[in-house]
Amino acid sequence: MDTFTPAGTILNGASVQDALMSARAVNVFYATKHAVKNVSLDIARHQVLALIGPSGCGKSSFLRCLNRMNDTIQGARVEGLITLDGQDIYEARQDVAQLRARVGIVFQKPTPFPQSIYANVAYGPRIHGLAKDRGSMDELVQTSLERAGLWEEVKDRLSQTGTSLSGGQQQRLCIARTIAVNPEVILMDEPTSALDPIASAKIEDLIDVLRTNYAIVIVTHNMQQAARVSQRTAYFHMGDLVEVGTTNMMFTNPQQKLTEDYISGRFG
Amino acid sequence: MAIIDPRHAATQLIYERVFRTATLGAAILVLLILGGVAISLVRGAWPAMAHFGFGFVTHEVWNPVTDEFGALAPIYGTVVTSVIAMAIAVPVGFGIALFLTELCPPLLKRPIGVAVELLAAVPSIIFGIWGLFVLAPILQKHVQPWLIKHIGHIPGIGGIFHGPPFGIGILTAGLVLAIMVLPFIAATMRDVFDTVPPMLKESGYGLGATTWEVIWNVVVPHSRVGIVGGIMLGLGRALGETMAVTFVIGNAHRVSASLLAPGTTISSSIANEFTEAVGDLYTSSLIALGLLLFLITFTVIAIAQAMLRRLERQAANT
Ligand SMILES: Nc1ncnc2c1ncn2[C@@H]1O[C@H](COP(=O)(O)OP(=O)(O)OP(=O)(O)O)[C@@H](O)[C@H]1O
Ligand SMILES: [Mg+2]
Repeated sequence: MDTFTPAGTILNGASVQDALMSARAVNVFYATKHAVKNVSLDIARHQVLALIGPSGCGKSSFLRCLNRMNDTIQGARVEGLITLDGQDIYEARQDVAQLRARVGIVFQKPTPFPQSIYANVAYGPRIHGLAKDRGSMDELVQTSLERAGLWEEVKDRLSQTGTSLSGGQQQRLCIARTIAVNPEVILMDEPTSALDPIASAKIEDLIDVLRTNYAIVIVTHNMQQAARVSQRTAYFHMGDLVEVGTTNMMFTNPQQKLTEDYISGRFG
Repeated sequence: MAIIDPRHAATQLIYERVFRTATLGAAILVLLILGGVAISLVRGAWPAMAHFGFGFVTHEVWNPVTDEFGALAPIYGTVVTSVIAMAIAVPVGFGIALFLTELCPPLLKRPIGVAVELLAAVPSIIFGIWGLFVLAPILQKHVQPWLIKHIGHIPGIGGIFHGPPFGIGILTAGLVLAIMVLPFIAATMRDVFDTVPPMLKESGYGLGATTWEVIWNVVVPHSRVGIVGGIMLGLGRALGETMAVTFVIGNAHRVSASLLAPGTTISSSIANEFTEAVGDLYTSSLIALGLLLFLITFTVIAIAQAMLRRLERQAANT
């Protein structure tokens, strides 16, 4: 897997067998700001990878490289190699819309479209033509909502607006919306930071279930959450990937002083 | 525990009261002014309304010599010029706003935005002069002959491009109005599009939507209320615009199927004739025209409100 490494060293534990996605020597710049520095990191199948680190260390920037969300930001520049199933996602003939259907993203704040619950979930399948008729769309909407653990709560009010739900429900709606296009990877940028503990716990349970079908990368500021939901953890510091390894190892026996300080709450 | 100074609390309460009363007063003042305008219009228009009855709005003849007044031509002119203006300005303004917010390279964003705002600041008399001396001759020489030649003889729609190319007329007035309301529509819509939360757009992109799909499915639905608002703002201006229209419409009290023919609008009739209106019936008829404009504008706003409510209901049900 390391054969196509362009430059730089790869940290121990950064690469995995049979990786679904891999990033090699990735740099992100905003105008002159160097936000992500030479990061190499693999994303394994059926696993949750947690990205942790102090505010501004480049977690979101790196995450957003993985489905080219940075393309939408003026002045953002990404260098390096990122592959999905061995295919370079930044190459010219990559269809970005198609890529994002395969690598979905859930944001910090719930962002339901100003439409009905049903339409929110059906949106992705609709634009990608995933449902042949009304019946299969209904089914797809239902299974997506079920997988997101929201079906029981909304099955009688599918025609109400998505914004009429509570914050936690909205976030699960957004997850359902992402699941509906049947992605391979789900990126989550602090998905529970706007939610109360109970709603957060539901999302965490959900993440654990989703892992059987998807690879998940989650950015979180909550150490307990990282410890609970992830199998691998990567620690970022000022744009550098400092350390990466199994979550267990990272939280019980970090190899780097920076990681240890951060995890034990000495800064960050 | 915080120690609260009772005097301070009392002053706070007084401020609060004063503030409430002042805002309530301002709100009531608006109602009073509106009511006052309506009442004085009705009173001024009463002689004409009593004399002509409902026929006032259905008769085309407008003859100060024989004291015969019918408002059909100005109503027709007002509606048709506004329809032309909106038919052009809404799509173009929509396009400008979308371009500015979603597609424009950042370098061009400010210059174009400023240009749009400057266009809105041009006094209407300038548009009138420009329409009369620049636009009308161009239309007369190049555009209207072409329309007459190529469309004028098609049965059905040909009738709207019939007759000699005067240069001035309903079509010209509609075009000038379109240019005048365009910046309002574009600027309002741009401001509304700008309020769409970036994260919402990113959610669209994140699902694999293209720029176009994000515009249609996220930006536009999120801003529909504002879009209708922008259109109504433009329509309100088009219906009431006086000076520029007076310059280029030809000021003929005539209802003609051809858009090339001269006509008149309510506001330009009033502006043109008020100073020379001799006789009570003449003056009263002009005021009645004003009342009609008031009613038309009022209806437009009412329809707009109804549309907005329907849109909101639809939004809940899609
Ligand atoms: N759109 C942008 N334009 C300019 N600079 C940016 C932009 N987005 C992020 N940055 C900068 O890049 C650096 C990394 O930001 P990023 O959002 O990736 O951090 P983060 O680790 O996700 O932080 P947080 O935990 O606060 O979300 C920061 O210094 C930030 O100021
Ligand atoms: Mg972040």
